Amino acid sequence: MLRLLDVGKTYGTVSVMRDVSFDVAAGEFIVFVGPSGCGKSTLLRMICGLETVTAGRIEIDGKLANDIPAASRGLALVFQSYALYPHMTVRQNMAFGLENLRTPKPEIERRVAEAARMLRLENLLARRPTQLSGGQRQRVAIGRAIVREPRIFLFDEPLSNLDAELRVEMRAELAQLHRRLATTMIYVTHDQVEAMTMADRIVVLRAGAVEQVGAPLELYNRPANRFVAGFIGSPRMNFLDGHVTASEAGWTTVEIAGVGPIRARGTLRTGTQASLGIRPEHVATVPAGAEGTVNLVRGQVASIEQLGSASFVRLADPALNLQIPGQTDVRFGDEIVVSLPPEHVHLFDDQGAAQPRP
Amino acid sequence: MSGLVGMLTARRGRLARDWTDWASLAYLLLGVLVMFLPVLWLFASSLKSDQALNAFPPTFLPWEPAQVAVPGQPGHLPLMQVTAGPLAGRRLAELRHIGLMAQMLDPARPGRVLPIPVRDLRPVLRLHASWSNFTDLVRRFNFFGYFWNSVLITTLATLITLLINSMAAFALSKYRFAGRDAVFALMLATLMVPPTIVLVPNFLIAARLDLVNSIWGVIWPGVATPTGVFLLRQYMLTIPDDLIEAARMDNASEWRIYWRIVLPLSAPALAVLAIFSVMWRWNDFLWPMVVLNRSSVFTLPLALFSFQGDLQTQWHYLLAMTVLTLLPVTVIFLFLQRSITQGIASAGVK
Repeated sequence: MLRLLDVGKTYGTVSVMRDVSFDVAAGEFIVFVGPSGCGKSTLLRMICGLETVTAGRIEIDGKLANDIPAASRGLALVFQSYALYPHMTVRQNMAFGLENLRTPKPEIERRVAEAARMLRLENLLARRPTQLSGGQRQRVAIGRAIVREPRIFLFDEPLSNLDAELRVEMRAELAQLHRRLATTMIYVTHDQVEAMTMADRIVVLRAGAVEQVGAPLELYNRPANRFVAGFIGSPRMNFLDGHVTASEAGWTTVEIAGVGPIRARGTLRTGTQASLGIRPEHVATVPAGAEGTVNLVRGQVASIEQLGSASFVRLADPALNLQIPGQTDVRFGDEIVVSLPPEHVHLFDDQGAAQPRP
Repeated sequence: MSGLVGMLTARRGRLARDWTDWASLAYLLLGVLVMFLPVLWLFASSLKSDQALNAFPPTFLPWEPAQVAVPGQPGHLPLMQVTAGPLAGRRLAELRHIGLMAQMLDPARPGRVLPIPVRDLRPVLRLHASWSNFTDLVRRFNFFGYFWNSVLITTLATLITLLINSMAAFALSKYRFAGRDAVFALMLATLMVPPTIVLVPNFLIAARLDLVNSIWGVIWPGVATPTGVFLLRQYMLTIPDDLIEAARMDNASEWRIYWRIVLPLSAPALAVLAIFSVMWRWNDFLWPMVVLNRSSVFTLPLALFSFQGDLQTQWHYLLAMTVLTLLPVTVIFLFLQRSITQGIASAGVK
């Protein structure tokens, strides 16, 4: 469907995108995620033809698309700002693209009516964008993309201008729309929750380069590096830095200053710097007296947040977040012992690359 | 209207009128007089006959000596009021005067000639609007011809100005190309060249292009204005690029983007430029005078000028025509005042 091969972009001598390669299969929902400034919007604009590609190839349906103008690529882009034409009604906004293609009038009518029905815009067709709420404008912007029946839908942070409640609602609507249309969609967001909930596959970008491509849970369970590990998942993964004291038979021991030795799966050279990562929900509290468990950490409770269904405890020195299911009787200032189960500890080398776990 | 009344009756504090209220009202009145008196004077004077215009002392309203028809006399005779003597208070027609004595006729009994000293007579004045000033313009001069020339030049020039300036502004505001800022700076720099300096070169070009004595000779040289490009460009900068990219994704050609997206969204700035252009063109005098020298293609300002001869000036026609020339722009301004101020405010320029 869509293939990117070593795609790069430079402005003058500044390189903003390099060696981006991945494939998108027909019907997939792909999410580009990354911190702001990572180049995800630029990449999207390169795919749809609004930005030039200075290196590599972009192929759509097997054909090189680098020099095909935006309009001829058969893609539709939903802008972050919606970019609705303020002087046109909702109907005219949706019909404009088809009019430019000299689509017959009845066909335009049919497609607009169908999109309006699908997006519940029937009663708003005669209004202008300024008379609509944020969510309605969003739906018009999507409708404008739908009527053109594109090969790929591209969304550039479409929900970032909506309030939290509406965002959750629109997220569900978009997912539903994807199921119904079964068209390939590429979605850009900086919100990893959006990425996790909607994507078939996620492309994590940082500073113009792809960090990892994979299904949401794949990224969650097997992050390729420390950046992805920290970016995916909420609350964030805990990291502890130290140096390798022993590494044999697929097990590595890392000495953490002020904590002691922690064992993890993986192999690293003895004496190198390393860091360990563990997700808050995997940190387990250890009842008093249950000695003998490995990877014990002792710390003082610095804060507690009780949500009812889960409790978040923050330890100071070492800084460690715990997510305890249900409610807890731990109190502020208590000294507690937690264990870091070795099967859940991620091992990263001094470059931040994750070490394969057998 | 109620806003005006409210403003004029506004008081300082809530009690009786303060002296500052009177002072500010007086100041406002002074402003009104300074701004409006010349215009009112023009309107009143345009209704005076040639005679009344030359009368001394001048009057504001069109007073002129009354005349009366007397049976047995050809034409009209001036009507006089007798101020002294046995016939004091009577109004008599003056037949002629010889030295210090006037021979008067009573219009009621015209048979007898009454000799009365000139110093006992005062002319009777009456208000008389000389509408003939206006009707003569149409009857004796080709007023509608000049009017039509002016309308044609103003309309065509404004339409072309809007088209050309908005296209330039679109390119300068929405395309990225090498030398764009230099081109824009160069364009603005031409504002510093006084129009009188390029008058002769412009005329030579117009002559070479065979545009002399043609309305196109007036229209073409002024259609591209740096002011207009600047005004429109500044406004178009506020149109989000997203809209243009969205249109591009919507398969719109660049021309269609300009015509269907950019132009409609620039309407407020276009309105301002249109009004400016209409006023410039309507009042333009110097360039048309240089290019047009046959009276059949004269515009209104040129026709006005032609009433001002070397030896004598037909003031009554000149004033009447000035009024007619002022009216259209005044009306346009009255109705579009609000959109002018709005447009200028939203165009972000002063």
